[in-house]
Parts: sequence; structure tokens; C-alpha cells
Amino acid sequence: MNREQAGRLLQQHGALMVLGVLVIVGSLAFDSFATPGNAASVVVSSSFLAIIAIGMTFVIISGGIDLSVGSLFVLGGVLAAYGSQYGLAVALLLPLAVCGLVGLLQGLVIARTGMAPFIVTLAGLLGVRGLMLAISDEGATTYLVKDRAFAAVGQGELLGLSYPVHITAALALVAMVLLQRTGFGQNVYAVGGNEQAAALMGVPVARTKILVYVMSGLLAGLAGALNAARLSSGVTILGIGLELDAIAAVVIGGTLLTGGAGGITGTVAGVLLLGVIQSLINQVGSLTSAFQQVVSGVFLALVVVAQRLLSKAQRLT
Amino acid sequence: MAELTSQAQARVVRKQRVFAWVQDYGVYAAVLALLLFNVLFTPHFLDAANFRTQLVQVTPIVIVSLGMALVIGTQGIDLSVGSVMALAAALVVMYLGYGWLPAVIVAVVGGAVVGAVGGALVAYVGVQPIVATLALLVGVRGLANVLVPQLVEFRNPDLIALGSSSVAGIPVIVLIAAALTVIVLFVVRRTTFGRQVVAIGGNRSASELSGLPVKRVLLTVYVISGLLAALAGVLATARLQASDPTSLGLFIELSAITAVVVGGTPLTGGRIRVLSTVMGALLMQLLSATLIKHNLPQSWTQMVQAVIILAAVYATRERR
Repeated sequence: MNREQAGRLLQQHGALMVLGVLVIVGSLAFDSFATPGNAASVVVSSSFLAIIAIGMTFVIISGGIDLSVGSLFVLGGVLAAYGSQYGLAVALLLPLAVCGLVGLLQGLVIARTGMAPFIVTLAGLLGVRGLMLAISDEGATTYLVKDRAFAAVGQGELLGLSYPVHITAALALVAMVLLQRTGFGQNVYAVGGNEQAAALMGVPVARTKILVYVMSGLLAGLAGALNAARLSSGVTILGIGLELDAIAAVVIGGTLLTGGAGGITGTVAGVLLLGVIQSLINQVGSLTSAFQQVVSGVFLALVVVAQRLLSKAQRLT
Repeated sequence: MAELTSQAQARVVRKQRVFAWVQDYGVYAAVLALLLFNVLFTPHFLDAANFRTQLVQVTPIVIVSLGMALVIGTQGIDLSVGSVMALAAALVVMYLGYGWLPAVIVAVVGGAVVGAVGGALVAYVGVQPIVATLALLVGVRGLANVLVPQLVEFRNPDLIALGSSSVAGIPVIVLIAAALTVIVLFVVRRTTFGRQVVAIGGNRSASELSGLPVKRVLLTVYVISGLLAALAGVLATARLQASDPTSLGLFIELSAITAVVVGGTPLTGGRIRVLSTVMGALLMQLLSATLIKHNLPQSWTQMVQAVIILAAVYATRERR
């Protein structure tokens, strides 16, 4: 294996390796870390962020960014809780329809007007939060989940893990296949790599971009709905800053913000890494959650610096 | 036939002129229109007290936006400003025992150091601005909370005076913001550094080739942004008479970016509009105040803001 291959391997699977090291260190240092109960709680609490980050991975590989996912997560939760009074189907379909539509609108504006994704989805962040406040009486009304079947989607367990974990795993698999084995996946990489070249090669640039934002909206809405089912209510104050967590997880996972490269495995590893850091800090006990933010920030900085140095080394060889 | 073409051309030229006008003066026109609306239809709008409240509330956003405009001018972005405000709030109460001025200096230096870290990552390591400052957003907010875990009230009369006293009826905070605006305007229009900032944002590789100190200028821009954000944090803390690192400056990066963009500074860099940025901040403040005064709820304010951002960016985007 030469230096270039080593660099690429590190960039793509660095998060996974660090995750492995942290898990080993944590298991040696704390008796209560490597227990099935703790592992399950890390995985469950990571699953909602993972679903959002999967959508974000597609967006970032295509060269874009989606700041609206935090707001869509909350909106999805409120809509699901509201819809649950009409049964399971409405509880699931209502948030998917609305959040998918928001994604579609954002994608259309980005693809057709050439406006920066950062600004369009920033407007989305504000507008969707406004919409969420409007349907929850300015955040005063909390809709409770009355439908048993819908609550079970968030709370039921299979093989010791709750359903959201299985759903997340299934979504990650589907996303991996979509990205690696289909023409759509190739188009996403092509658009993010070099938009003009992709257009010249006949890649449907606009359609690919629009689809990516629709996916991101759908997944954020789904994550919100699952979270509402788990908590039995559509909480209006959650999800603030979630877009930044998702972007951080994707970047830590080795996907480049410049687009054109990256993958789902890295993103899932990135999400788990953030979850494990939080769990380790909980184990120490005396450290507050504020400390977790410091560690996450330092970690993100280290990862991007390492990424940058590795890609420089690759270009030199 | 020739007449037809010239008519079509005239139409195109007229359309371009309209766009150029909107790009240059749209935000002023919007602020004026909103002011006029309020004078006519909002009771007590012209009361001095109301006016002062509006100005004082928008001051931190204006100060942060000035730094953000410089950063965006270099084709960068600074997401860390809200967290820097929180860090400044934490530092100022930690060092208040040594007197208000040393405490303020420590806080502002702290902000400049955070800016230098972000600037070094961007300029010397080559990390993308959005990721470098995202790491700082997360980490620095945590640091501020570790230093000062809960809201702390203080009784230092000098710091309280900084936040609440007035000169000739104008709050000191507002005067400071106005002075900073003039300084930044001067730097952008009249100094070599200002020209270098704009040149780097316009075309980085050309700037490098023509021998501009690109890395040093980039670093300086982020240091200035951190410094201004810290100052905004200190002033906001002085006004609140309490240090609140948990929630001070939350989401202000988004408000500042909005102010800059609504003011017509393109995210693609190469152009900085200082006064329009201040107008952008005033416009968003005035808008939410107007909607609230007319009993429209918060939810509407945010949705209207979203539409205004999109409209402003659409109107001012680069013509292709």
C-alpha cells in the first residue's frame, strides 16, 4: 500500500478507526461503558440524527448544503403528533408530505435560479420554524400522540433495540445502495464533482439537485415523526441547531463539503462518534454537557485539519 | 426590423437598470417604506422611548454584521460570532473583579483569539470557512458554558452604565455602533487593507499572483470579526446587567448573514456594502417590530423574513 492509498483510506475510514479506538479506550476505562444497555442507549439516541445526516450526505456530496433540516425535524414531529389523532397512516404521511414539499420547493429554487443553497435553506430554516410555530399556537400547544400504533413505531423493540434503530439501519443500507449502485448516485457524485462537466456529459443536473433536497426534507420529517412517536408528543423546542450537528457528523465522516466525494458509512460512523463522545463524558460524571460541546468542537477542527493535510499529501504524490 | 430590435434592446437595458437600482438602493427604499408605514399606521411609533428601544435592540446585530460583511467580502463566512459573544459575556464577569476596563479588554482579546484560530484554519491550513467556524461555534459555546455554567448577575456600576447611559439622549451603545460603522466604512473604502480584502474576495488566485499578502489579510479579517463579535457580547451583557453564556448570541450568525445579504453584499465575495449592511439589519428589526406592533405573531415574522431574504438575494444575485 503506497502513501496515496493510505491517505485515501484514512480520509474515508478515519472516523470508523477513531470510533473503534474510543470504544476500546472507553471499555477499558469505565466498567459501565461496554454494557449492552449503554450501547443500546447510544445507538437509540444517535438514530434520529443519523437519519437526518444520511439526507445531508446526499446534499453535501452534490455540492450543496441544507440548513433547514433542524426546523423540518421539529415541524415533522409536530405534524406527526397532530396527525396521530387521525390514525397511524396520517401520522406518518402528513409530515412526510409537508417536509418533502418544502424540500421540493427549496430544490426547485436552488436548481432553477442558481441562488446559493446556503441562503435558500437559511430562508427555509426561518420559514419552516415560523410554520411550525403557526400550527402550534406559537409553541404553546403541545400535541400528544394518542394513537397506540404510531407510538409503538417509536417505542417498540425488536432484538433489544427499539424500532427507530432498525429503521435507521435499513435507511442507511438503502442510501448506500442508492449512492453506490444506481445511476442517481453517480449523478449526485458527478454534479458535486464538477457541475459544468456533468451537464456536458448529459447528467440531469437540475433534477438531481431537486431530488437531493426532496430526500433531505423527507428524511428530516421522518426523523421528526419517529422522535414524536418515541416521546409521545410533538415537542416544539427540540431540533434547534440540529442542522449543524448533522453537517458536523457528515464532515467528520469524511465527506468533503466541496462536494463530489464521501459516503454513508462515514456519516454513520461520524454520528456514532459524536454519540460515543457524549456517552464517555456522561461516564466521567463530573463533566457537564457543555464539556461535550468543547470536545466535539475540538474534534471537528482536528478532523478537518487532518482531512486537509491528507488531501494535500495526496496531491503531492 | 431594425426598430424592433432597438426596442427590444431598450427593454433589456431598462430591465437591467431596474435590477441595478434595486441592487444599489432597494434596502434603503424598503427601510423608508417601512418607516413611512409605521409613522402613518402605528400609534406611538415616533415616541422617543420606542425609537430608542428599537435602536438598542438592533445594536449587537449591527456590530456583528460589520465583521460578517468583511468576512463575506473575502468569500468566507463566520458562523462562530454568536458563540464568541457568549465567550465574551463569560470572560467579562470572570474578570470584573479587576475593574470593568481590564475585564472588557480580556473579553475582546478572547474574541480576537477565537477569530485568529478560525482565520488561521482558513488562511494557513486551507479549511473551508463554513467548517472551520462551525467547529468554533460548537466548541466556543461549550467553553463559555464551562467557564460560566449559569446566568450571573453583576453589580459593577461602570459596566451597567456602559449598557444603559445616554449622551444627548442617544444611548452610548448606539453611539459605539455608529462609530464602528464609520470606521469599517473608512477601512473598506479608503485603506489599502480594505482594497486587499475586496480584491481577495473577487479573485483569490489573481491576488496571490499579484503579490498581495492573501493569508495575512484573511487572518486579519477573521480576527476583526471575532473582535467585533466580542465587543457586541460585552455591550449586550452590559445592557442585560447579567452574563448569560447559554443563550446570548444564539442564532445571531444567521441574523448577521441575513443583514449582509439583504444589504446586497454577494455571498460570492468581491464587494462589500457597509452602510447597506447596517440598513439590512435595521430592515429586519423594523420588520419584526412592525409585525409585532400590529399583533401578527412571531411565526408570521419568521415566514415574512424568509420571503424577504429570498427576494433580496434574487434581486441582487449576479446577472449571468
